[in-house]
Amino acid sequence: MPESKPDLDAIDRRLIVATQGGLPRVPRPYDAIGGELGIGGDEVIGRLRRMLDSGVIRRIGAVPNHYAIGYTANGMSVWDVDDARIDELGARVGALAFVTHCYRRPRRLPDWPYNLFAMVHSQNREEVAARVAEIAALLGDACQAHDILYSTAILKKTGLRIAG
Amino acid sequence: MPEAAALDAIDKRLINALQGDFPLVAEPYREVAETLGLSEAELLQRLESLIQRRVLTRFGPMFQIERAGGAFVLAAMKVPEHEFERVAAQVNAFPEVAHNYRREHALNMWFVLATATPQAIAETIAAIEAATGLPVFPFPKEREYFVEMKLHA
Repeated sequence: MPESKPDLDAIDRRLIVATQGGLPRVPRPYDAIGGELGIGGDEVIGRLRRMLDSGVIRRIGAVPNHYAIGYTANGMSVWDVDDARIDELGARVGALAFVTHCYRRPRRLPDWPYNLFAMVHSQNREEVAARVAEIAALLGDACQAHDILYSTAILKKTGLRIAG
Repeated sequence: MPEAAALDAIDKRLINALQGDFPLVAEPYREVAETLGLSEAELLQRLESLIQRRVLTRFGPMFQIERAGGAFVLAAMKVPEHEFERVAAQVNAFPEVAHNYRREHALNMWFVLATATPQAIAETIAAIEAATGLPVFPFPKEREYFVEMKLHA
């Protein structure tokens, strides 16, 4: 899928490096970041706004540890879907309220026949399985096989850490 | 399997409110605190505590690094059970590994690589293979149908 690459200058890149670990928890966080970069808080706000508008930033906010807020069952459901129909069906699976991420990815035959990945978070595995059954019903005979890979531990979750 | 954290009603409202669009104004915490009927000081203190307790893994901008010329790639490994801890430590030591999950499958380690350039993905995969002695299977996304990183507390 072609994506336009917005122009980012050196200050934008420094702003990414300065904020990828998170925003400071002080009353005027954008002024604090600006102080590090030698620009004003208003400029920080303007640059973050532009990156939001161009999609470089998806969202500014909190990323919960899903276990800690009660979503103790995390199932990565994976599906072998007819190539001719995957884009139409992938969009519909992605639109289900309980699917948090949905992607098409390459198969790795013969071990890995799955080309559609849909992440399902729930309170328990029974609920994940029920939701996966809903996806199976939606895919119908366009799907040859599927599996659910439950997570049993978060080994690391720091987010992006590119070098400055 | 980790347990859910003890969260009071205010923490839950805070987590839900902070997953929305954080204001781009000079005093954003004050603005969010007002909508929740909290003082700015209490909001900052609770937010800090949620981060320290790892209820929140981070708080700030979520970058779609592909739009900035970088790359995100999901990758998986088949790690022998008796070597799991060693390999997890080796993989996690790479700053390019943004997150890493253990999953129940022959492919039992799934991590996301985030790099400043697409070329760095292949280099990082080669370095992880050299460090661990195990093959890494990349699953680059070919199409994104939906991403929503919000969960109701």
